[in-house]
Amino acid sequence: MIRIDCPFCGMRDHSEFHYGGDGSIVYPALDAPTSEWHDAVFLRQNIRGRQVETWQHVQGCRMWLRVERDTMTHEVFSVKPAHAGIAKALEAKQ
Amino acid sequence: MTACRLPKWGRIDRSRPVSFQWDGKTLQGYEGDTLASALMANGKTVLGRSFKYHRPRGIMSAGVEESGAIVSVGTGARMEPNVKATMQELYDGLSARGQNAWPSVRFDVGAITGAFGRFFSAGFYYKTFMGLPPFEWGRGTGLWMKYETIIRRAAGMGKASREVDPDSYDHMHAFCDVLVVGSGPAGLQAALTAAQAGRDVILVEQDCELGGDTLNDPDADDLIGAVKGAGIRILTRTTAFGLYDGGTAGLVERVTDHLGSPDATLPRQRFWTVRAVATILATGALERSIAFDGNDRPGVMTVAAARVYLNRYAILAGENIVIATTNDSAYATASDLVAAGAAVTILDARSDPPVAPMGVQVQAGRTVSKAIGRHGVKRVEVAKDMNGVWHFDGVLDCDLLLVSGGWSPVVNLASHRNVIPVWNDELACFLPTDSTEPVYCAGSAAGIWTREACQKSGEVAALRALGQKAEAPIAGGWDVPIKPVYEVRLPDTKPKTFVDPQHDVTGDDVRLAHQEGFVSVEHLKRYTTLGMATDQGKVGNVIGLALMAEALGVEVPAVGTTRFRPPYTPVAIGVFSGRNTGGHFKPLRRTPMHNWNIAQGAVMTDAGLWHRPWFYPRAGETINEAYVREAATVRKTVGICDVSSLGKIAVQGPDAAEFLNRVYTNGFTKLPVGKARYGIMLRDDGMVMDDGTTWRLGDQEFLMTTTTTNAARVMVWLEELLQTRWDDLGVHVTSVTDEWAAVSVAGPLSRDVIGACLADADAITNDALPFMGVAPVTLKDGTKGLIARISFSGERAFELYVPAGHGPAMMDALWPQAEAVGGCLYGLEALGALRIEKGHVTGAELDGRVTIDDAGLGKMASTKKAFVGDALRKRPELQRGDRPQLVGIFPKDRNQTFNGGALLCATDHQTGFGEGWVTAGTVSPALGHWIGIGYINGGPEAWVGESVTATDPTRGDPVEVEIVSPHMFDPKGERMHG
Repeated sequence: MIRIDCPFCGMRDHSEFHYGGDGSIVYPALDAPTSEWHDAVFLRQNIRGRQVETWQHVQGCRMWLRVERDTMTHEVFSVKPAHAGIAKALEAKQ
Repeated sequence: MTACRLPKWGRIDRSRPVSFQWDGKTLQGYEGDTLASALMANGKTVLGRSFKYHRPRGIMSAGVEESGAIVSVGTGARMEPNVKATMQELYDGLSARGQNAWPSVRFDVGAITGAFGRFFSAGFYYKTFMGLPPFEWGRGTGLWMKYETIIRRAAGMGKASREVDPDSYDHMHAFCDVLVVGSGPAGLQAALTAAQAGRDVILVEQDCELGGDTLNDPDADDLIGAVKGAGIRILTRTTAFGLYDGGTAGLVERVTDHLGSPDATLPRQRFWTVRAVATILATGALERSIAFDGNDRPGVMTVAAARVYLNRYAILAGENIVIATTNDSAYATASDLVAAGAAVTILDARSDPPVAPMGVQVQAGRTVSKAIGRHGVKRVEVAKDMNGVWHFDGVLDCDLLLVSGGWSPVVNLASHRNVIPVWNDELACFLPTDSTEPVYCAGSAAGIWTREACQKSGEVAALRALGQKAEAPIAGGWDVPIKPVYEVRLPDTKPKTFVDPQHDVTGDDVRLAHQEGFVSVEHLKRYTTLGMATDQGKVGNVIGLALMAEALGVEVPAVGTTRFRPPYTPVAIGVFSGRNTGGHFKPLRRTPMHNWNIAQGAVMTDAGLWHRPWFYPRAGETINEAYVREAATVRKTVGICDVSSLGKIAVQGPDAAEFLNRVYTNGFTKLPVGKARYGIMLRDDGMVMDDGTTWRLGDQEFLMTTTTTNAARVMVWLEELLQTRWDDLGVHVTSVTDEWAAVSVAGPLSRDVIGACLADADAITNDALPFMGVAPVTLKDGTKGLIARISFSGERAFELYVPAGHGPAMMDALWPQAEAVGGCLYGLEALGALRIEKGHVTGAELDGRVTIDDAGLGKMASTKKAFVGDALRKRPELQRGDRPQLVGIFPKDRNQTFNGGALLCATDHQTGFGEGWVTAGTVSPALGHWIGIGYINGGPEAWVGESVTATDPTRGDPVEVEIVSPHMFDPKGERMHG
């Protein structure tokens, strides 16, 4: 069981979360060319090691999180809100 | 073996005799016995037959590593095969049988296979059926499969019950600072040290009582007592079967397996998920055998087992005992056995054995090369070490042969955490290395052999778990080093030496595997099945590796070790499912009108997690008669349908309109307040995700509806977009599915029926509420709700929403009005018929492989703005005109029918995948015959004048069909306007 330290709810089992995907992808503008969208949607690194990924605390606060995790050992290094504004506000509070 | 119960000693309760059944005969034991100890006390020696050769097998150990006494316990639905008799506690009325034998374990016809042993060597399946006539002639045929059935029946384990599991199982969750697995001296001390430091400790023991090896020692009760008084949560009869990420451990607690008539309210077992900050593995070590001729005979067991049977169960397993050992551990047992009255001779492989205990004869430089006696050992052949080669050195009479080939620390759980065990040549065993996680091995699991050092090691592990530095004792502890012996073969003999007795893997099998080129340990394992029996190699792995190393001419570490996977011991499937069985397999969602619908005679069906009305049969009606009547009534007068399960999402905020404009393919910024719009949303890859209507309730407030099945998915998707991609948008989404009771009132008389229930009937005139209009309404009883003029059926129709609690009252108001004008209640089946007539798509059509163009809705994709999925839907392959497209389907002979799922083929080419498929079919009351909807390459235009056949070979004859527009009824949509 991967344990994820949700910034809003605390340390929880991964079974409370919904896995999103590669969190390093920057999605292009909606009117960007098909080729750019192709690369963003279909090309993945399949990293062995540290990876930034998105998870949603779907059975908790429903916040989308950016999780830095080792895909090999499942060690979790950091968990932050995916929403930049909320992440910033949370940081300012701490 | 002439085992006997001693009049004193042991931990059994002599005041509580227990009677049990073995192979149909009633026998007596005592409370505190295991099935194995009770059978031993009753003089039963042959308890099972081996997997391939049907050799008689008896008790080989006193624990989870048992490979011989594997039996079936219980009867009927509670029959459980492959139970280790050594782990089954005795209870009154227990019923057990030997397995893999006919007619009985003592006289087994199947033993004939033993004579043909050479045919059953490693790789037997492959060689016989792939390359040996006449079997290979049947290759790939049904006959070939028959051989396998027969062989599988002959080889094999016990039979599982075919009945439904009558027991219940619970799931438990726990958290702790320190989880200690195992309660021998190391585990007890570790738990005590951590608890005394104020930590929250859980101590897990697979046995029925704490103590482990200390139960051999009457003085050990002090430490056990201290642990029991230290505020530690203690779980006995509980196995930690796996260690997982993040300090999570999986445990299975056997709650009633030891009880004859358990409290019916208790679960049979509990599955614990424990999250521990630190984990200490004091899992002990298992004694290995030595592979020699007949090492699997009844009456051959490990040395430690004899000690356990003596000290815990007061059974002297033999009177005239030979012990073959390679290490010091056998000497304590020898003393105990002599003290209990046995004659003991030790054959010590080492040339310089320790001092013989009083009354024990020790022969140095000797071991056993053969055990003789079919149903019990009668004598053994002794071998003498001469310059590294074993030579015959006489015969010894005995009734019990105890063997110690060395000890293997139980590193399984550490291995689950990616700790790679390293071979220690001096101790002749694999030792765990340090973990990068807070997982610590202690005691003999770390190769520490003496009681005091184990206790010290437990303390050190606890201190380290608390974050302190402490020096662990050095592994080992024997006075005279071990001399590893893995297999004994005299020159010029062909002995049958068992490496993995449970799977009948012999030393020759290992060598054969090597000869045939299997050099990797993983290949060796799979080819010979070594270590793949229910004990997962607890007994045989190390011997197998050593023999492989010898064959390869390398040292053991060069061969490597296999990784262990969970579970450590077999776990019943039932405990994983817990209470999630039958009706509790998934959550059940009921609409606010559930009971109302049932009271009206609704037959319910599953729609995702929801229970929805399927049809409302009137007296004597079949489902077909009911839904055709309901659909026809909707077109003629009026019908009422509970649509509360539709997903409903409140989309609010200053940027709500812009957000919807990006999510949907069509425009939403200009949607006026008080209007609804049908929208389609795509995935990033350009495929259709979901559809539904969205209502503009205010400038910054929308109510989005989704399909029932995709509601949760759409919610997650909207949240993802808002939080991970467009965090500049001021929008909040809230699931309000459960807040509203929703009903669709459809048919020419729908306005009258609703109007009669509203405070102001004029609120829904065609002018006040035109097609796609949305308005707040007040019911006659004052209930405030929402009404939208939208139609799925193609009729004039309204969806009326009230707060969930008012749903039944709304139905009570609507239904008499509808009934009075000849209306009906309709369910999903009629809903399906109505929408198929109209060519409206649902989940069957929007199956994730469909573009907006495929579904015939291409005109809904805006060209004036960009939206999610817009870029990738323009991929050339998705733009091809010959892709399957939505069509309507009529049977050529209007009296015929076809099924959803049938393939659409050109009539002159009915092979392969065909040209398309039928997604749904129904009787069309409006058209008066069977119709369908589906996809076909190129759409209707491509098939004008062509002959098409719906083929469905497993269910019926092909049916010639006509491909038509999907809009089969009222294509201009005149009925829903006005």
